[in-house]
Amino acid sequence: MSLKEKLVSSFLAFENQVDLESKIHDVRSEAIKTFEAKGFPTKKDEAWKYTSLNSVLKHDYSLFPKQDNALEYSDIKKYFLDDIDTYKIVFIDGKYSSNLSQTTHDGIDVCLMSSALHKPKYQLIIENYFNKVAGKEGLTSLNTAFSKEGAYIHIPKNKVVAKPIQIVHFSTGNEAALMLQPRNLIVVDENSHVQIIERHQSLTDNPVLTNSVTEIVANKRAIVDYYKVQNDNINASLIDSTFVEQKRESHVSVHTFSFGGKLTRNNLNFYQNGEYMDSTLNGVTIIGDKQHVDHNTLVHHIEPNCESHQDYKGIFNDSSTGVFNGKVVVNKEAQKTNAFQSNNNILLSDKATINSKPQLEIFADDVKCSHGCTIGQLDESALFYMKSRGIPEKEAKGLLMYAFSNNVLKSVKIPELKQRITKIIANKLGVNIGFDL
Amino acid sequence: MLQIKNLHASVEDKSILKGINLEVKAGEVHAIMGPNGSGKSTLASVIAGKEEYEVTDGTILLEGEDIEDLAAEERAHKGVFLSFQYPVEIPGVSVTNFMKTAINETRKAKGLPDMPANEMLKMIREKSELLEIDRKFLSRSLNEGFSGGEKKRNEIFQMAMLEPKLAILDETDSGLDIDALRIVANGVNKLKSKDNAVIVITHYQRLLDYIVPDFVHVLYKGRIVKSGGKELAHELEEKGYDWIKEEVDA
Repeated sequence: MSLKEKLVSSFLAFENQVDLESKIHDVRSEAIKTFEAKGFPTKKDEAWKYTSLNSVLKHDYSLFPKQDNALEYSDIKKYFLDDIDTYKIVFIDGKYSSNLSQTTHDGIDVCLMSSALHKPKYQLIIENYFNKVAGKEGLTSLNTAFSKEGAYIHIPKNKVVAKPIQIVHFSTGNEAALMLQPRNLIVVDENSHVQIIERHQSLTDNPVLTNSVTEIVANKRAIVDYYKVQNDNINASLIDSTFVEQKRESHVSVHTFSFGGKLTRNNLNFYQNGEYMDSTLNGVTIIGDKQHVDHNTLVHHIEPNCESHQDYKGIFNDSSTGVFNGKVVVNKEAQKTNAFQSNNNILLSDKATINSKPQLEIFADDVKCSHGCTIGQLDESALFYMKSRGIPEKEAKGLLMYAFSNNVLKSVKIPELKQRITKIIANKLGVNIGFDL
Repeated sequence: MLQIKNLHASVEDKSILKGINLEVKAGEVHAIMGPNGSGKSTLASVIAGKEEYEVTDGTILLEGEDIEDLAAEERAHKGVFLSFQYPVEIPGVSVTNFMKTAINETRKAKGLPDMPANEMLKMIREKSELLEIDRKFLSRSLNEGFSGGEKKRNEIFQMAMLEPKLAILDETDSGLDIDALRIVANGVNKLKSKDNAVIVITHYQRLLDYIVPDFVHVLYKGRIVKSGGKELAHELEEKGYDWIKEEVDA
């Protein structure tokens, strides 16, 4: 039985197990039909031309782990940003871990999708926002069909959430192979501000496939800063689809740090429904071996006077492959749009590959849009310059690559996170950087 | 300090240096002059260890040690410094952090611990004052958006920080106005001692009014064709290089 057949045939059992009376029963039923019709994407789909899922779909994944697994905080502490106080929503093999989490209902809701889907007090938000901005592609539909657990965050108006929120998914390896489908909903109301860090972490070498979907709604003048830390084990694969709807004067940034995993596909979609807002999409990718990271971005400028900034840097070693497919659409009405996109890559090996494809579809005539893409090796003259000052080749290369990705780190607003990412980067590049750049 | 014997070097199979002999002793200043394309910058790069240049014959001895097989950074650790004709821009790395890395890597190579932060700061302050460099300048990305003069001043600042035994100044005067030239030359003169040596590579005599050489050599077609005292530089300034070319080509 193929994974698709297995998923479709297990849907009924899943529905019986969750709640047939649930408001989203119809949404789920509709979604499984869509998935059944569309299936998994293949290289024949234009948006998946450079990424094949074949190698990750071949495993016989457990869809619903039987037992509840526990983890000691001391064993997994390093995967958290633990030097500052944060809210935490933690899942182990797809199930909520209350003893590792720190949620709240004090003025804001930082809790679970499973409770939001059931409890009447969240009903209005679910009706208004659940599965509204998410797309209807096969993979997203699959996630919608099985949506049951994940993070639910609702920040009512005029709240500045002082502590960042960490959403962390662990897989323990207790299943020979595990498929996870977390579903997150984040709704930030007028004038509110929240910072979120998301991480998926496999603790063993057993294959894990995560098909994650996150919907983010930033209402008027809301500020949302979202950080995705992707530094997973070599047999963990992630398909991460994020859909952002922005309203007037809101500011949303998503940073994606892709340093690990077998196959990582980021679908990041921004829809600008309103004027005077900006969207920031930044990414640093540093991979090697046979790792594969694909960034597929969309920014849809619907109304006038908005901005978008995309800056993706990639460093590819060994036989790794990267994809950047960035699409910017500017509607006819969206005059005075400023849309900038840049994708710079360094290939450290003859066997590494990057496919970079910017796409601009501009229907307005009074706009500033730019895109640039570079693919290169390290600058030999810069290397000689540094070496002539006594900096050994390895450190000089590391410093150059570090400086290369530095621009993207500048916009990280949580200093402790910035420091952590700095360390991961230095570690990846094999250099000891004794200072902050 | 430096002994170059019968040095031949080529790049991409094109022979550029064709038998250079040069001896520089501690405490001396040597000027190397010559028309464009004579091999001056190649000589500087070969001494500093640029890999594109292949030494096909001859030897370079630094304090008696053959340095041909040493990488550029190892030569730097032994006290060779090259002030670049065209300093390279390195976005994202500040002048200060670059210097910290360079100094501490050099110390590491010598088996010394990192320089304590307060000592480093004190040194940076002293040396930047010597070259009349604004402190704000030090937190800017290395050479990025620097004017020609700022780049050259920054090169000599690095020289001051690294305290080399042998400093090679490759066309340090190009792109400098007269005030910057005076500051740079003054800096070099203050760093000069009986224990170190300076090689000034220049096309014009101008810089040599400020950094007075003990010896002047004329490089032409990959060979030193004439050597003399500082008066040779004045003669070249007056008469140009044609008379030397004629002498050699005859």
